[in-house]
Amino acid sequence: MKNFSIATRQKNNVTILDISGELDAHTASQLENALKSLIDDESYSIIVNCSSLDYIASAGLGVFMAYIEDVRSLGGDIKLTNMNDRVYNVFDLLGFPTLYDILEDEKEALTSFEN
Amino acid sequence: MAGTKQIQTLSVEASTEHLAEVRDFVAAHAENIGLNQKDISEIRLAVDEAYTNIIKHAYKNTPKEKVNIEIGSDSDHLWITLMDKGKSFDPSSYSEPDLMKRIKEKKRGGMGVYLIRKLMDQVQYNRKGHTNVIRMVKNL
Repeated sequence: MKNFSIATRQKNNVTILDISGELDAHTASQLENALKSLIDDESYSIIVNCSSLDYIASAGLGVFMAYIEDVRSLGGDIKLTNMNDRVYNVFDLLGFPTLYDILEDEKEALTSFEN
Repeated sequence: MAGTKQIQTLSVEASTEHLAEVRDFVAAHAENIGLNQKDISEIRLAVDEAYTNIIKHAYKNTPKEKVNIEIGSDSDHLWITLMDKGKSFDPSSYSEPDLMKRIKEKKRGGMGVYLIRKLMDQVQYNRKGHTNVIRMVKNL
């Protein structure tokens, strides 16, 4: 059983992925497929809401690394929100906060897409 | 108790399907000996990264191969040993990943070893015969 799931929502022209559970080398492909299909559908403004994300390993971070350039070069971004401290710590250890928009909540991320 | 050693072992196939099981195995031991949540999280992540590297690099995603995992502790240390019979992989040759460069070159991975080094106090790699042995130690 995969202890990971993704739900997709839309707010104006921003797509929000609510990810929950444990993101590791086994479940990373689900996130990868979700991001790929957004890019295929030309949805480049993406928020990944991590409020229910309990755990992340480097394989999960690798997915964000693989698509950020493409999305940004197409005028969009992948913004991450609502991380718990343990999950944030993993992003922080690998230096993500300087290169990614990691924000407190969805509202803040939606506002930053408007600017 | 000083001098008391507790050791547990787990043998699993080299497949990412077993990642959660492997994490839970080490977390249960860490909980039993009363570690705090931060330490337990770090141990879960370190074993995940080491086991994932074996699956991908030592066995190149051949799920029939076995990985033997041992966790033990005494009053001063907790140690985790992972053993495989795949291609040798030396995690001591590592450098801090240049995230921007990796993103530009569309390279992912290579971050696991760095994380293990950050999360654990000692990491040793040995090849004994045909067996790769990775031993990770956390000071308690």
